Amino acid sequence: GGHLLQSAQSSRAEPASFVDILEERRRGSDISHALRAFSPPPGCGAPPPSPSALNKMVLESQHLRYVVAAESGKPQARVREEAAALLDEMSQNLQVTFIRLLGFALSKIFTRLFRRIQVNEDGLARLQQATQEHPVILMPNHRSYVDFLVLSYIMFTYDLSIPVIAAGIPLMGMSLIGEIFRRSGAFFIRRAIGSDKLYWAVLSEYVRTIVRTGFAPVEFYVEGLRSRTLKSLTPKMGMMHMVLEPFLKGEVYDLSLVPVSISYDRVLEESLLAHELLGVPKPRETTRGLLKARRVLEQDYGSMHVYFGNPVSVRELAKGRIGRGQYNLVPRDLPGRPSEESQAFASAAAHRVVRLQERGTVLSPWSLTALLVLQRPDGTRWDLLARDTLWLRGIALQLGARLDWPADLPDLEVMSSSMALHRSVVRCEEGCVWLVEEAGPEPVTQEEGVFRRASAVLMCASYRNQALHVFTRPAMVAVAMGTVPGHSQEDIYRHFCFLRDLFANEFVFVPGCGPQDFEEGCSGLQQCGAVSATDHELKPTEEERDTIVFLSAILEPFIETYQVTGDNCTLLYFSLRNCLSFFPSHFREIFPNSTRNPVTLRRDTEGYLPPTPTCCKLQCPNIYFRQSHCRIHPGSCSPTPLCGPQVATSSPI
Amino acid sequence: ITSHHITDSKPQDIMKWNGWGYSDSRFLFNKKGQGEFTGKRYRLSGMILPSLKDWFEATFGTSLQHKTPATPTLNVSAVPPPNLVEPFVEELKVAGVAASHDPEGRVFRSHGHCLHEIFALREGRIGRVPDLVVWPNCHNDVVKIVELACKYNVCLMPYGGGTSVSSALECPLEETRSVVSLDTSQMNRILWIDEKNLTVHVEAGIIGQDLERQLNESGYCTGHEPDSMEFSSLGGWVATRASGMKKNIYGNIEDLVVHIKMVTPRGVIEKSCQGPRMSTGPDIHHFIMGSEGTLGVVTEVTMKIRPLPEYQKYGSIVFPNFQQGVSCLREVARQRCAPASIRLMDNEQFQFGHALKPQVSSIFTSFLDGLKKFYITKFKGFEPHHLCVATLLFEGDREKVLQHEKQVYDIAAKFGGLAAGEDNGQRGYMLTFVIAYLRDLGMDYYVIGESFETSVPWDRVLDLCRNVKERIVRECKERGVQFPPFSTCRVTQTYDAGACVYFYFAFNYRGLADPLHVYERVEHEAREEILANGGSLSHHHGVGKLRKEWMREAVSTVGLGMLQSVKEYVDPNNIFGNRNLL
Repeated sequence: GGHLLQSAQSSRAEPASFVDILEERRRGSDISHALRAFSPPPGCGAPPPSPSALNKMVLESQHLRYVVAAESGKPQARVREEAAALLDEMSQNLQVTFIRLLGFALSKIFTRLFRRIQVNEDGLARLQQATQEHPVILMPNHRSYVDFLVLSYIMFTYDLSIPVIAAGIPLMGMSLIGEIFRRSGAFFIRRAIGSDKLYWAVLSEYVRTIVRTGFAPVEFYVEGLRSRTLKSLTPKMGMMHMVLEPFLKGEVYDLSLVPVSISYDRVLEESLLAHELLGVPKPRETTRGLLKARRVLEQDYGSMHVYFGNPVSVRELAKGRIGRGQYNLVPRDLPGRPSEESQAFASAAAHRVVRLQERGTVLSPWSLTALLVLQRPDGTRWDLLARDTLWLRGIALQLGARLDWPADLPDLEVMSSSMALHRSVVRCEEGCVWLVEEAGPEPVTQEEGVFRRASAVLMCASYRNQALHVFTRPAMVAVAMGTVPGHSQEDIYRHFCFLRDLFANEFVFVPGCGPQDFEEGCSGLQQCGAVSATDHELKPTEEERDTIVFLSAILEPFIETYQVTGDNCTLLYFSLRNCLSFFPSHFREIFPNSTRNPVTLRRDTEGYLPPTPTCCKLQCPNIYFRQSHCRIHPGSCSPTPLCGPQVATSSPI
Repeated sequence: ITSHHITDSKPQDIMKWNGWGYSDSRFLFNKKGQGEFTGKRYRLSGMILPSLKDWFEATFGTSLQHKTPATPTLNVSAVPPPNLVEPFVEELKVAGVAASHDPEGRVFRSHGHCLHEIFALREGRIGRVPDLVVWPNCHNDVVKIVELACKYNVCLMPYGGGTSVSSALECPLEETRSVVSLDTSQMNRILWIDEKNLTVHVEAGIIGQDLERQLNESGYCTGHEPDSMEFSSLGGWVATRASGMKKNIYGNIEDLVVHIKMVTPRGVIEKSCQGPRMSTGPDIHHFIMGSEGTLGVVTEVTMKIRPLPEYQKYGSIVFPNFQQGVSCLREVARQRCAPASIRLMDNEQFQFGHALKPQVSSIFTSFLDGLKKFYITKFKGFEPHHLCVATLLFEGDREKVLQHEKQVYDIAAKFGGLAAGEDNGQRGYMLTFVIAYLRDLGMDYYVIGESFETSVPWDRVLDLCRNVKERIVRECKERGVQFPPFSTCRVTQTYDAGACVYFYFAFNYRGLADPLHVYERVEHEAREEILANGGSLSHHHGVGKLRKEWMREAVSTVGLGMLQSVKEYVDPNNIFGNRNLL
């Protein structure tokens, strides 16, 4: 990997100045905001085609003709009709009137929900510049249902082209709302496409046509779905391939990938998420459900931050990494799987964007506090917690975190008000901080007690997860140092790589950038003064031993879980308490097989699990979860490798 | 074009030693700052070009105050002394072959017309030049010369018209042997015309315009008109696989040749008959065509001829944008109804063409021009910064031409094209010949540039044009070029399965420490972009030494090996050591 995919950079985040877009809304009239002259600068491409013209382009495309012709056993006309129907279901119908309507409604809603919506204007200026040069792909992280509304709202406010947004099909099912979204630029993608070739063809051609014509930014969530744990998810490649293809085929000169980092002081759906993780099925997205959720409006969600990152030029990324001549000998419209080279490139680019999202994320002080609270699940003294949070702030800043820590307020006030926002998770009583327990009739069994605290623990873990990316690499180096007898960098690196492989589904690592990740981890530790490095050695310093210990502790729950799974069937007892309080995201499902067990974690019917066969079933403790790359058949209890080359080779740790 | 003869063994007397074409013909800005084209040879000669200055200054961000004049005369003392093999020279003399080591003649034959070659000459920098020039008179002279070269291990470099733009004529720096430039200009006779079979047998040194003129006198033509035909030679066309403007009717050089005779160190290669097509293994003509002087000297060629067309008509079509224009050309190719020539200029080139419009003689013409402009931009709503023009040339029976014309204009109408008159068309083709002179004007004012070409499948034409032009702009910016470059293209030929695209690229180099290096890097990147977009390494300019680095990629390792093994057999001692192609 060369310089562009490197994750090691100077760890200090470059300062960004944020502007609160709600401030003006509170002063001015929402009506005139909604009715203001909206004239985004023309994009790089032709003027926007009408939605029906766009659909026609797609239906008449050579690509679709190939696919239709290949559908044997059906009359061509039928297949074409099917394709047209799919396109009708899918396509957006962007209308400025609806943008205005939505703008008006959102002004009302957002000013009630949030104290501030903080936006970095320099990022928007760069975005505007980018839209005039090349097709832009907006790539936000996904933490809440309102993410894309906020983004479109910001684009509208700043006179930028309203993006065309890839949305999940359940949203479409909401009567009225679905239609409003559609007219606000959303297009809808089915969740389980599987091997429906026609659907893939229609979708991919639709996306490519939008990218090629470049009339509006394309927005999609590279993580594929909302992160229930607020931790970055490893990117999904389907959409990524579709948007990259026009560049790889030379149909556009370049593409700008714009990472957008959205973070909330408090996520609207926090309790919903926690319950979902506990197995309460996600409610279907319905308009009624939405109306019921009005009580959400009555709460305080603090600020949200939207950081528009530097546009990443795909052409720059591709330099020397991919031969664009690969389509020289076949028609470019011919349906076919992307080459291995393209897949590797798309994967690296997608991971890179997620890393940039992480780096742009603005953290609230509470994220840091949550990290500490989780390490003391049985309660802690507020003054100690505050002291440690401040200490942790120092480390986080050294490691390049972006913190929303107002300089003009006393630190204690900052921390307590940040924590106060999360009354549903922690409570501070008599100088002590406790995780909130759900109320219920006494007495409770030990097991029930655990579950009463579970949702608070999970929410806490989620906020911790938001900050996790800051510490991952240094923590992995710290752990690796602890498991190596000497101080040899080479040995430490070897163990680091093992961890990196192990956690490939846990944290986001750019493929092939192991050395850079290691470098980032090491330089992070050096920044904190926790290690001293010579040519071949990495030694912990005496004075900052605490830092090493602390960082290692961050990873402990993750390692523990993997150890448990690695120890496959000999495991008879698995502490549910452990599992829940640490909750790394690979615990996907817990199946009940006894009526006594109040927990019902159900399989998410919408493809919560990636289709890749990385599930691991442990029969004994009623727990299904995924582990690196092997599956244990129910009953057989022996690991069966599924995907040949990916079988994890274990190495001692 | 006025008639003249470059058959003299001293072409440097009537041609520039450090620029393009005839010494008497050049662009300049006169004292009033008006553009002007000197001489009497071309339609544009002696005319004032009132809009040239504004276009030039606006396009390149130059000022006429900042001049970079060329060294006026060749400094003979800067020419390295010749490295002669005396017995070789002696035996040549005995054989009666003319030879000279006069420095001016050697310098004249030491280069083609790549930018770096001309740029160096203008600065008075002389690199490695041939040590001797020889002028064979006929095939047998060449046989003699090649024998002697083999005997004395002398390096031979065939020289035809000197119009190469691939560094093919540059003496390899690593060449330590005596380098002899074999000038074919004296082998310029039409040996016979066969009216029964419609073929002509010609010595390969003949210059294009002379061949055409002499055939015309007998009522025939070859119809082969590459843009360089004023100066390039038949042997050069064969050696580089040349393409002519009117190939849609007459074909490219590979379609035109019936028989080739070439002298190699192994002996003479030729076929035994003039059958129009043969199934006798791989066509040996295809080892010769495109061999770029690495295997031997083409001495005689039998070519197809055609009766002169009864009627010629120019035409032009305005399109609202380049995309529509390309779609129209594609449709014309699909229907296989391309006129003798059809070329599509992009908007930048269209505006460039306008800058070369001579002073209008009457108020009436200027009124008409204004009216036309009004009609196209206001009435038809064409955006002046997007519209582009196709130029056409029809040839044949009068009636058929008119029919054909209607067919093409009908197709054009489907793509929003409007007929824009014969005049615009004719001017377009005239510009082809004078445009090369314009580079010399640019070089007087800090502007350097070049053209390059490719061929590409139809579906990639638009993408390739856009990407290459943009790549040029970006690379220039990255390399510190202060003003956006002139980066423009045109589609110059249509084929069943694709098109030939020609790029012009020029920029203002003020403020650059090493403009040539910048230029070469940008050209290199542009070629990379072409290849990445499915374009070929060359459509008709050839590979020479300039594009050698991509040959393996272009023809595969095995393909390159095949070519190398031919070279090894034909010329094991690398007598034809110009090191082109391989």
